[in-house]
Amino acid sequence: MAACGAEMHINPEMEVLWSEVKPSHSNMSAPPHPQPPTKGASHGAGDFSYVGIDAILEQMRRKAMKQGFELNIMIVGQSGLGKSTLMNTLFKSKVSRKSVVSTPEERIPKTIEIKSISHDIEEKGVRMKLTVIDTPGFGDHINNENCWQPIMKFINDQYEQYLQEEININRKKRIPDSRVHCCMYFIPPTGHCLRPLDVEFMSRLSKVVNIVPVIAKADTLTLEERDFFKQTIREGLRANGIDVYPQEEFDEDSDDRMINDKIREMIPFAVVGSDQEYQVNGKRLLGRKTKWGTIEVENIAHCEFAYLRDLLIRTHMQNIKDITSSIHYEVYRVRRLNETNAQPNGQPPNTLVNPQQANGVAAQHQVLTHEM
Amino acid sequence: MTTSDIAQGDKNARPLSLSGHVGFDSLPHQLVNKSTCQGFCFNILCIGETGIGKSTLMDTLFNTNFENFESSHFEPKVKLRAQTYDLQESNVRLKLTIVNTVGFGDQMNKQESYQHVVDYIDTQFESYLQEELKIKRSLHNYHDSRIHACLYFIAPSGHSLKSLDLVTMKKLDSKVNIIPVIAKADTISKSELHKFKIKIMSELVSNGVQIYQFPTDDETVSKINTAMNGILPFAVVGSSEEVKIGNKMVKARQYPWGVVQVENENHCDFVKLREMLICVNMEDLREQTHTRHYELYRRCKLEEMGFTDTNPESKPVSLQETYEAKRHEFLGDLQRREEEMRQMFVQRVKEKETELKEAERELQGKFEQLKRLHSEEKSKLDEKRRSLEDEINTFSKKKAAAELLQGQSFNTNANLKKDKDRKKSPEMEAKDVNLTCDEATNQNHNCCFRNL
Repeated sequence: MAACGAEMHINPEMEVLWSEVKPSHSNMSAPPHPQPPTKGASHGAGDFSYVGIDAILEQMRRKAMKQGFELNIMIVGQSGLGKSTLMNTLFKSKVSRKSVVSTPEERIPKTIEIKSISHDIEEKGVRMKLTVIDTPGFGDHINNENCWQPIMKFINDQYEQYLQEEININRKKRIPDSRVHCCMYFIPPTGHCLRPLDVEFMSRLSKVVNIVPVIAKADTLTLEERDFFKQTIREGLRANGIDVYPQEEFDEDSDDRMINDKIREMIPFAVVGSDQEYQVNGKRLLGRKTKWGTIEVENIAHCEFAYLRDLLIRTHMQNIKDITSSIHYEVYRVRRLNETNAQPNGQPPNTLVNPQQANGVAAQHQVLTHEM
Repeated sequence: MTTSDIAQGDKNARPLSLSGHVGFDSLPHQLVNKSTCQGFCFNILCIGETGIGKSTLMDTLFNTNFENFESSHFEPKVKLRAQTYDLQESNVRLKLTIVNTVGFGDQMNKQESYQHVVDYIDTQFESYLQEELKIKRSLHNYHDSRIHACLYFIAPSGHSLKSLDLVTMKKLDSKVNIIPVIAKADTISKSELHKFKIKIMSELVSNGVQIYQFPTDDETVSKINTAMNGILPFAVVGSSEEVKIGNKMVKARQYPWGVVQVENENHCDFVKLREMLICVNMEDLREQTHTRHYELYRRCKLEEMGFTDTNPESKPVSLQETYEAKRHEFLGDLQRREEEMRQMFVQRVKEKETELKEAERELQGKFEQLKRLHSEEKSKLDEKRRSLEDEINTFSKKKAAAELLQGQSFNTNANLKKDKDRKKSPEMEAKDVNLTCDEATNQNHNCCFRNL
């Protein structure tokens, strides 16, 4: 093998609209041992001070590419807000349910249904299994009370499935991840403020899943109206204690916080979706053609679709998945394991199982003190 | 923009072609970024006799001086010494833990040598399992101490493996990735080395020892890994001293007959070892430890505790239910023991009580006795007092009587004397009176004294 050094590949085509998260130092505490001097990244011929530790990055990348990735997105909103179109625009292909399962007529189901469709997509050697979870019927009925319940149940069921697999004795090498990583909530462009339905749904679900609110069909709002609307929404979210993605409490360090603060100033993104291309200035662009002009979807002067795409896919996708698995899932797991284990005096034990039980009386005594 | 052929074969996922650049090809980059922030962890276990060159090889491998000190040959038992270091190269931080065996192969009776090593490895698995089973856990912050690679140092005898080596490797092959290396390879000539390697590998195979095979399923590295699999075990030389060769300083060992260069591939396999261990397969070693060895340990441990995935009717039983059943059992057991302890306590209390009562009774008896004695003495004394009082009374009566008598006699004497002394001088009378008074008093006195 030639030089073992790893280089970070940054795709030149990728236009990132805010800076990448720089690798900053985590909270690893250094043990009190003499630290060897930092080595340079030079690995020319005859450089005998090079060990090759950074080759592990390349190894990791190879492993990740071989395994492939999984992403599960849920889209929630009233019918007619352009959810399916937006999904198609985001992933530049017909990923939504409607494109796949052709329905003879549009009908609103009597109860909220949860329908998920999976696709295997690949880009430059990176394979991803994308699952789009649609919720037709949400917010479409006369009485919309408890409309969030089936959705909440679905999300918890996915966590439950993962938990069951994880605590199996013979478990799979790679547990299939069907947990909902991200929930996109579509707010209709009224221009006023959040509706009770929106508040109710988001306040309940922001505790179990990452919510990304978007203003749908934003081409009905002028720029001033849009800014006012966004501000009202942000105030409404703050007033009701709704923590949408990116959540402030999960910012890891100051770099993170800086980037995420910029994002937080822009949410909810006002988006326009389209899967039709038009000729604009000699280029073929995705857009919506109207009598008074053509709205370019990927033009940041027109709408904020590009920001949404970058956040969701190009920069924060891994972070979204990490927060789901290490925070939301863990919260669910703690709750679930505690509800069967609570002691009569209401104090839950800290260990699920003390494997030293097999060792006899002394260990049992220890567990006894543990549990008290 | 190519249609993907799915190697994974998901039945419910349909392949789709993208009509434009979406951008999720940056996912591996995001993943690597996150891992770089967190830092990596790698743990190596070095097993070999004392003085075979483990510490020197580690120093050479990681190009640092780990400040190890020589261990003595007189250790009564095999011990394991683990030291953690923070290394950094470009922007990659590695938390390296090197575990050395101390005193391996030095004892007269080597039967227990491997047990400590096995116990140590099991302890690391155990602590990871504990963390994973906790209710509130923090797995991504957890300092993974499981052993990822085990370098087994074979002494360069040139003949074959020692029986201690075979036994130890057999015990460890299902718990850790074993990479055998021939230490101090500069004592073996090339032809001997070739024969030695073949002998070692055939012995390992015939004894069913499964050493770590470099993975050959990924096209990028399969060629080099297959080649390296054929060169196992690596013959290595370690050195932290530098010798000037030509115009460069290289790590080498200087002998009167020549210089053995550590990083010269013609001289020894050190470069190959470093490449395989660190540059190419470090991640795979970590993955194998987690998915194979740790899972095996976990399965065995949980089954040993009685958890199963399916109950006797072959219906899937959740860990929850099994746990509930065990829990009831355990609680019942606890209650029983509590009862026992309580009864024992009650009994002890009773015993103590009877003892105390006994003592009390004794004391009471003694007290009564004393009281009796006391009252007896008191009555005696009372008697004596009474008799004394009586005597005093009689004495005082007598005294009074005597005084009365004396008074009377004095009066009569005085009358007689008066008559006489009317004729005599009054002085004489007084004298006589005095005398007679005195006589009378004397007599009285005598009477009194006689009576007392």
